Amino acid sequence: MRIAGKLLTTVGAVGMSLAIAANGVAAQDDKITVRSIPIGNLKVLDPIWTTAYITRNHAYMVWDTLFATDENGEIQPQMVDTWDASEDGLTWTFTLRDGLLWHDGAPVTAEDCVASLKRWGARDGMGRTLLDFTDSIEAVDDKTFKMVLNEPVGFVLDALGKIDSNVPFMMPKRIAETDPNEQIEEIIGSGPFRFVADEWVPGSQVVYEKFEEYVPRDEPPSLAAGGKVVHIDRVESVYMPDAGVAMAALAGGEVDLNESPPTELLPMLEGNPDVVLAPNDPLGYQLFLVINHLHPPFDNKAARQALQWGNRQSDYMATIVGDPDRWQECGAMYGCGTGSESHAGEEPVLGFDLDKAKALLEEAGYDGSPVVLMDPADNSTLHPAALVGAQSLRRMGMEVEVQAMDWSTLTQRRASKDAISDGGWNVFITNSTIAGISNPLIHSFAKNCEKAWYGWPCEPKAAELVREWALETDSAKRKALTDQIQALNYENVTYIPLGQYRPVVAYRSNITDVIPSPSLFYWGLKKTAD
Amino acid sequence: MTAYIIRRLLATIPVLVVVAVVVFSILYLAPGDPAAIIAGDQATIEQVEQIRQTLGLDRPFLEQFATWLGDIVRGDFGDSIFSNRPVIDLFMQRIEPTIALTVSTTIVTILLAVPLGVLAAWKAGSWIDRAVMSFAVVGFSFPVFVIGYILIYIFAITFKILPVQGYRSIEDGLWPFIIHLILPSLALAMSFMALVARITRASVLEVLSQDHIRTARSKGLTTNKLLFRHALPNAAVPIVTIIGVGIAILLGGVVVTESVFAIPGVGRLVVDAILARDYPIIQGVLLIFSAVYVALNLILDILYTFLDPRIRY
Repeated sequence: MRIAGKLLTTVGAVGMSLAIAANGVAAQDDKITVRSIPIGNLKVLDPIWTTAYITRNHAYMVWDTLFATDENGEIQPQMVDTWDASEDGLTWTFTLRDGLLWHDGAPVTAEDCVASLKRWGARDGMGRTLLDFTDSIEAVDDKTFKMVLNEPVGFVLDALGKIDSNVPFMMPKRIAETDPNEQIEEIIGSGPFRFVADEWVPGSQVVYEKFEEYVPRDEPPSLAAGGKVVHIDRVESVYMPDAGVAMAALAGGEVDLNESPPTELLPMLEGNPDVVLAPNDPLGYQLFLVINHLHPPFDNKAARQALQWGNRQSDYMATIVGDPDRWQECGAMYGCGTGSESHAGEEPVLGFDLDKAKALLEEAGYDGSPVVLMDPADNSTLHPAALVGAQSLRRMGMEVEVQAMDWSTLTQRRASKDAISDGGWNVFITNSTIAGISNPLIHSFAKNCEKAWYGWPCEPKAAELVREWALETDSAKRKALTDQIQALNYENVTYIPLGQYRPVVAYRSNITDVIPSPSLFYWGLKKTAD
Repeated sequence: MTAYIIRRLLATIPVLVVVAVVVFSILYLAPGDPAAIIAGDQATIEQVEQIRQTLGLDRPFLEQFATWLGDIVRGDFGDSIFSNRPVIDLFMQRIEPTIALTVSTTIVTILLAVPLGVLAAWKAGSWIDRAVMSFAVVGFSFPVFVIGYILIYIFAITFKILPVQGYRSIEDGLWPFIIHLILPSLALAMSFMALVARITRASVLEVLSQDHIRTARSKGLTTNKLLFRHALPNAAVPIVTIIGVGIAILLGGVVVTESVFAIPGVGRLVVDAILARDYPIIQGVLLIFSAVYVALNLILDILYTFLDPRIRY
């Protein structure tokens, strides 16, 4: 009995000291540090070299933009103070704000911006289109640069203020002159946070510190626009590959914020008074079915139309999201809630009709050959979606061969134009942020035929209309063009939207003022003592 | 002995060459495209192709292999395709947590499993023996990640006395270093302990039935002296062998443990590299690990001569 008592005392004492030591680790630093779990593993630091969202998010910390998108989808000035377009719409002049500095202390100059725009234009689709319409970009003086177009276009500010990859981030000239096909080696920006290179552990930890010399705008923050006022000293972004442990770390207060908690584990945090679950990106994501137009049966339009009528968005959304407050059926190719939202030709996308699907399949002469559906089994969103997809196709009477693989293999396989018997594919399901497809010019399927995204849909008229949209400056005419482009894409069944859903961000209750956005911004955000 | 060590070290070279060829060939043939991952999902097919060319991934197999091998011979393991940083720097950055975890797990294992194995052998057939062996079966049967989750649930979530995840360098202080290693070490040690306890039991049991033990017992030696001065040293060779082999196996278990407990070690470096097809990291780390395996075996062979003077090379 006595021994048992001593044992209990000892265990208790050891437990107490361990608890004190564990808490002491978190409390030893008097700087305001936010420890967060990012959306993924930051592998590449150059936001112009890759379109990966994790790199875009990192870039918003370090670099700033000339313009930015606000919460109403409007483009607002950010680094730019004033700008002006000539009456003929050909000459655009931009003047930078006062007080902009690079993290190494040098002032931001117009020449830096010119070099940055050229490098961005060499990589980004919208940037490339803008540069195609540009005769010259040159610095006028230290703070002013001029862009001269060869045709007036309606998307200059849309391009410069785009929120999705590749975002035109401004870099010092010496860095921006890096070959666009090679990664930059120095991470120097003029954004509100400084990248702490010494503390970067690739695949594990990225550290940012507040850039004290950053001069925010006066306006309140609004999505990526407005004043980027920083209320914290340091952000430690710690990648945790195990989602369950990441949730436990947040519940236990070891981290302050999880940028992308998986849907299936949210019940772990629901009801926890110390954790807030809030919708993050107000627009969210579109899930979609990519169809290979090169091979039977989907080289036949009727077979593709069968897919439209035979897939029901709610089947997918209920499976991958669950909570009906976080998803909606949406037939708009450019997303619901965007400036380019259109409902033209959406009936087959939303009007599930199995009989019609079966009839169209018969009309297409489908012979029962197996359809290859690629399933990225390591992706917690796309894997269940692929299984729903397989079941939907089977329900229509198709033979489906689900080929499980990791995402990396899928990214290689999807580039294959080979016949099915030689390792080709028929369909796969993927997703995109709505911000990344929110207008005809930046949508994955902006281009057609040989230049098209995976699946290679061919409808030359649609590409012509996209060009017309780019040139159009009148918003009503643009809207009409958007309707035509969407209707044409749905008629041809370029691809099939499978629903729109919004992700959640989870954070401790002592974190406030989180800006809802496709990328989690750390300006505006406040952290008080527990 | 010196000649033997030199011979063994020289024998390492062909082993590493074979490993190099096999690793490079498997990775070359494996599906997956780092260029597509680098470019991101929104990239055009053209952009992906440009990156592939920049990285030299479009060059023929032999050309790529010759370039890589040439660099290795010069001591250059190359740069990560993604982070652009030298593989050797990434490895060095990650090796401390892996070593700390491996060493702490080995210590926990030796301190607990060897005495348990000796006890089970001494009390062979009793309930103690059955309890120890049952523990060994359970420990060996549970995957590391399951044990990890159970430990996290009990000690980190329910009692809140240990951290859920993470690693602190010893430079941050001894306490933070230790408390962050307790759960991962226990999780990883469980199957290793089971293995070592079983081998220790079998080995000691065999020695206990030998004549010199009977003689020692008849001379009236105490149990402690009998077990730890006479039985255990004579049973040491298989135990040391299994500990050595176990450390090699541990390196495999480390991969899972590092992922579960978010420890930035070499195991996770390789797993992330495999998922992203970051070939230089996979190739470099596998080559280094192969060299470590060979070195471990050599150290074991040398240890035998100290443990059993009858062994000579």
